[in-house]
Amino acid sequence: MTFYDLIWLVPVFPLIGAAFNGLVSNRLGLPKTVTHTVALLGAGAAWLWGWAAVVQWMLTEDTHRPYVVEVFSWIQGGELAIYGGRVVPLEVAASFQIDALSAVMLGFVTFVGFLIHLYSVGYMHSESDRAYARFFSYLNLFMFAMLTLVTGSNLPVLFVGWEGVGLCSYLLIGFYFEKDWCAAAGMKAFIVNRIGDFGFLLAIFFAFFYFGTLEFAGLHEAMAAHHGVPAAAATIIGVLLFVGAMGKSAQIPLYVWLPDAMAGPTPVSALIHAATMVTAGVYMVARCNFFYQLSPTAMLTVAVVGGATAVFSATIGLVQNDIKKVLAYSTVSQLGYMFLAAGVGAYIAAIFHVVTHAFFKACLFLGSGSVIHACGGEQDMRKMGGLRKHMPTTFWTFVAATVAIAGIPPLAGFVSKDMILAKAFEAGLTDLNGYGTVYFLLWGLGLAGAALTAFYMFRLVYMTFFGSFRGGEEAEHHLHESPWTMTLPLQVLAVLSIVGGLLIGFPGQLFHLEGWSLIERFMAPVVLGHGEHGHHAVSFALEWGLVVVSVAAAVAGILVARRFYRLDPSFAKPRALAERFPFAYRLLLNKYWVDELYDATVISGTVKGSRLLWEVDARVVDGAVNGAAHSTVGSSFLSGVFDLKVVDGGVNLVARIYDVASRAFRRLQVGYAQGYAMVMVFGAAVLLGVFYLIKL
Amino acid sequence: MISAEPYVALSLVLLCLGLVGVMVRRNFITVLMSLELMFNAVNLNLIAFSFRLGDLAGQILAIFVITVAAAEAAIGLGLIIALVRLRDTVSLDEADLMRS
Amino acid sequence: MDFLIANFEAVLFYTVALAAVAGGIGVVTLKHPVHAALALLETFVMVAVLFVLRHAEFLAAVQVLVYAGGIMVLYLFAIMLVRFKGMRPDEVFLSGIAPLAILGGVLLGSFVAIGILLGTMATGEGGAAAMRAVGDELPGNTEAVGWVLYTTYLVPFEVVSVVLLVAMIGAIIFGRRDAELSKPGGEVKP
Repeated sequence: MTFYDLIWLVPVFPLIGAAFNGLVSNRLGLPKTVTHTVALLGAGAAWLWGWAAVVQWMLTEDTHRPYVVEVFSWIQGGELAIYGGRVVPLEVAASFQIDALSAVMLGFVTFVGFLIHLYSVGYMHSESDRAYARFFSYLNLFMFAMLTLVTGSNLPVLFVGWEGVGLCSYLLIGFYFEKDWCAAAGMKAFIVNRIGDFGFLLAIFFAFFYFGTLEFAGLHEAMAAHHGVPAAAATIIGVLLFVGAMGKSAQIPLYVWLPDAMAGPTPVSALIHAATMVTAGVYMVARCNFFYQLSPTAMLTVAVVGGATAVFSATIGLVQNDIKKVLAYSTVSQLGYMFLAAGVGAYIAAIFHVVTHAFFKACLFLGSGSVIHACGGEQDMRKMGGLRKHMPTTFWTFVAATVAIAGIPPLAGFVSKDMILAKAFEAGLTDLNGYGTVYFLLWGLGLAGAALTAFYMFRLVYMTFFGSFRGGEEAEHHLHESPWTMTLPLQVLAVLSIVGGLLIGFPGQLFHLEGWSLIERFMAPVVLGHGEHGHHAVSFALEWGLVVVSVAAAVAGILVARRFYRLDPSFAKPRALAERFPFAYRLLLNKYWVDELYDATVISGTVKGSRLLWEVDARVVDGAVNGAAHSTVGSSFLSGVFDLKVVDGGVNLVARIYDVASRAFRRLQVGYAQGYAMVMVFGAAVLLGVFYLIKL
Repeated sequence: MISAEPYVALSLVLLCLGLVGVMVRRNFITVLMSLELMFNAVNLNLIAFSFRLGDLAGQILAIFVITVAAAEAAIGLGLIIALVRLRDTVSLDEADLMRS
Repeated sequence: MDFLIANFEAVLFYTVALAAVAGGIGVVTLKHPVHAALALLETFVMVAVLFVLRHAEFLAAVQVLVYAGGIMVLYLFAIMLVRFKGMRPDEVFLSGIAPLAILGGVLLGSFVAIGILLGTMATGEGGAAAMRAVGDELPGNTEAVGWVLYTTYLVPFEVVSVVLLVAMIGAIIFGRRDAELSKPGGEVKP
């Protein structure tokens, strides 16, 4: 038995931890030491086993082919007729696979996950024993779902993980459920995600309908051979999958839940809403790249949405004052970059950015958690400042991660972001799929986004760590550095933010050393048709030119931030700017009023629609029945009078029938369920009657 | 050997009886019983055609119908208990909270 | 006697069918719920007999066990639990809509019957011939049903199990004494 034959144990370890903490520790209120020991053991075992499996697999197996482990037969659905009249058995196994993409995801998810578990030990120590157990139970459950997601070898298993992480996200956002707004944020995340999941589910159905299999390997082969399936199939499936990714990875128009998700504890924001879960959409698009590679439309959709999101949310991040909100919008923006990369066919660059982003954004979130911890729960940056002196470790790790996300060479963020921008530019230059102009435009957007990123991140650093403390004397006394369980993860992640990029994705093309980019070589077999385009379309000089341009954009952003927020402690310049352009400022501060827009259209639309239907039922339906009853009563009365006076006798019967009928109608009108049932029966009879009349 | 026709006819008669029962009974419990009658009529039809066509699918469907009928009975009787607790009656015409 | 033996199946069928219809009428007309329940029980058993006649032995067993055994007991329990006070005879039926309801039922029934007749006419095979039983082909015994149920229809089977689970949870919630279905204040009629 090898480690990778038992790859399914990786998600199972944290599941055991979750079960113990959720069912035993939470019930009995066991001491915190027991709880976090079990949780750390679960996450740690997953980490060690996962890395061991990846290393052993790389050494002993052919890394060009996914290694699939079937655990048990899950769905046996009999035979189904699919596209083209083929009849295939619906059989899905609970199977896991390890290939280059899974290996990369497994590597960093287990590692970052463990670090954040460690950090939580320090961060959550003031909770009650039972809440502590609940927290770690959810966190371990999340690890289980996320690891299932990245190691599943078919769409249904991926979907199980997908829903699992969504559930854990909901539970953890609403962790402080006694506060209304936290519970509401959790529900918002869940509902918005459901919209995306609907698309994902449809995509799974379509995939089976067209290909008769749901295994990634089988789908990859079918798409590589591309015969017997209409070209539209790839577009339909690709776009629907992307709808799912929009929800999970917070892209326009479904991004609204992520900023609200900051209601959860900070380690959760770091683990779920920055490093791992929100990148599940990117992972899924990269995993299903074979659909996108064959559908220019789907690719363009992904790229445009990604590019637009990158800039849109960056502009909102410019003016936010809540430290976690800035980071949240920054996350949305960085996710946009990842999708931009996927949309230009650079899936490897997308995954590379996922990994580096996990390093520096987790570091930033954990750092902000450390800051909030020190400030006694204060999240408003206007009440911070000067923290550099009080918390040196947090300060240097935070700055390292900020420089990385701003895109200053040679830190991790620069390497991956530059790779994305270069690929976007290349797509424009080679006129990819005939949409060259659009891709050029997206490159421009990406560049603007890079400058904005540098600006708002340095604004955050200057407002938080420089200047003097603005939170009052009393709060200043409480400022303290965090315990080692919190600073150790910070330091590890900061070091990775600095060297991680060069380590795994050395930009070899800049130095005529193409083979040096480990991730590119390692992941090449995952992408359909990778390497078929031949050598680079961008010349060596142009490549360096692009680097210079993107670095210049970042430096410009930093300099503006320094001028606004460092050299002028009263922040007079940005205030003057806000007063000169009040509308633009309020537009950004209120996040383009998107939440209000959704509230006014979708939400109140639904509420009003339901109310309207209720009114229709109460007024129109009941009213109509009422009216019918009244008119029948009236007419029967009239005809009764008429009969008595004019004909009487036999014709009396007519009146009697009317009378009986009207009595029945009167029964209906009072709204008994059985009255409605009767209307239904008559309706069915009338329908049948009409049908016969037409048929004969 | 009897053909399928008498079975279909019987099924139809039972179904209509159930239908009328659902509409005319005032007691919630007997309304549910009439529903069970309709389920039985459907099952009879399914079995008759399963035999006629030599296809087991009809029997399988009947099993599912029985399961759903059991579920319906559980929920329906739960509703009756709730209704009695709420309004102290089993008369359907007094279950009219939705009317405003 | 010879006639009876020669047409044993037909005689059995019509006897049982009549009993079933009688039971059905009983369900709809009998005033006391317990009597109606007994009539329903009779119909259940008669239908089970008809299942046997159509070689659905397994289903006949299920019918007796689940319907006559399980569901019927459930009904009797419910009748007992709600301390049925005995409605006044004039309260048993919704007399206002009863005539129309019966009319509707008969109308729909006859329309469906017409549809069946029309359908068999349209196929051109002649109603009776089209519906005649297929000789000696016996579609089902317990083993065959089990085989099909757990292979071809496994997914629907699992889904139905979920339905049962949901029903169970729903019934528990409805039945809980402390259930906050609660009386909406002030809206309860005096």
